[in-house]
Amino acid sequence: MNTRGLRSQLKDSVPVAGLCPQGSYGIQDSLRSGFTSVKNELLPSHPLELSEKNFVLNQDKMNFSTLRNIQGLHAPLKLQMEYRAARQIQRLPFLQSSNLALDTLRGSDDTIGFEDILSDPAQSETMGEPHMMVEYKLGLL
Amino acid sequence: MATLAVRRAPLGGFSFENCKRNSILESEASKVGFSVPTARKTGTTICGVVFKDGIVLGADTRATEGMVVADKNCSKIHYISPNIYCCGAGTAADTEMTTQIISSNLELHALSTGRQPRVATANRMLKQMLFRYQGYIGAALVLGGVDCNGPHLYSIYPHGSTDKLPYVTMGSGSLAAMAVFEDRYKTGMEEEEAKQLVRDAIAAGIFNDLGSGSNIDLCVITKGNVDYIRPHDEANKKGVRTGDYRYKRGTTAVLSKVVNPLDLELLEETVQTMDTS
Repeated sequence: MNTRGLRSQLKDSVPVAGLCPQGSYGIQDSLRSGFTSVKNELLPSHPLELSEKNFVLNQDKMNFSTLRNIQGLHAPLKLQMEYRAARQIQRLPFLQSSNLALDTLRGSDDTIGFEDILSDPAQSETMGEPHMMVEYKLGLL
Repeated sequence: MATLAVRRAPLGGFSFENCKRNSILESEASKVGFSVPTARKTGTTICGVVFKDGIVLGADTRATEGMVVADKNCSKIHYISPNIYCCGAGTAADTEMTTQIISSNLELHALSTGRQPRVATANRMLKQMLFRYQGYIGAALVLGGVDCNGPHLYSIYPHGSTDKLPYVTMGSGSLAAMAVFEDRYKTGMEEEEAKQLVRDAIAAGIFNDLGSGSNIDLCVITKGNVDYIRPHDEANKKGVRTGDYRYKRGTTAVLSKVVNPLDLELLEETVQTMDTS
């Protein structure tokens, strides 16, 4: 089997777009994203954008390092193995997975935050193109 | 030909997609002379005091949108749990949503631990959430309640700092209310005395601050009992008109009366039913 396919099976779907414009038909969507400039592409539009995107990751990192300091290396290692296993239980890339196992491990199954109320991905109005997303995930793209 | 891009799985929570567009619109609009719509704030006086058996929380009831009163009788004392209530100042939507989220979280936590929730738990949850959003959530809160360790009162600022004190005030009228507290607060007050003190503090905020107004709401929390008094005092009653421009019946004298009956026959009667399924 194709090694590139195997490797991309381990990571979640990420957008292919790098420097190509985000609007449809390849033209810059001026109404939604303003005028093009390299600065606009690279810098975040709101001070909270980066910190919110990485919030869960950073929180996990902090918890793991505290756990390592208290209980030794085995504790975060075991937990990270479980996280990795739980993250692989997903539906097809264009469908929304419930992430129940991951939530239970993290302890976020009995908390409510803005991520559960605002722009719930299960109710998003757009869907990725199924064929494209599966092809990308399998590395055939 | 259209380009297709593979989508990253969308995350829930705040979406920052429109921020760049909004900042461009704001700068463009100010050049032309329009102003962007402002958020509804509560421009408030809220306060709380610890008395002998519990907590008294007080709030005014005016919500402002810029220089206009948006709501003459809004409720600023929010429910967090049966023994904990929270007054909110700042952006009205932010205080509303934040208190509702924390109330849900506290309920889940109480179900998970099997115990009555503590005020310190609510305080910690609120402060961690507000710090996470670095003050962009404009919610200044006065949190009070009675739990197994007695009565507790906290004030929570939008950036996430908290204070645990026997009497606190927040909002645009906080200085007026604090002046009343500093003058008349004593430890171990009785309930009626505490209620009168909070009522006077809120009244000071209402009459001396433009952002606060209308009525005074009180919430008295003691061990095992909550008294939500809304309104406790209608400090600003809308005026009653003393005169009337409408003419009474019989002002104009009737000179003569002629009655012409119209002979109409019923031709057809149809009934059209509404589809109420």
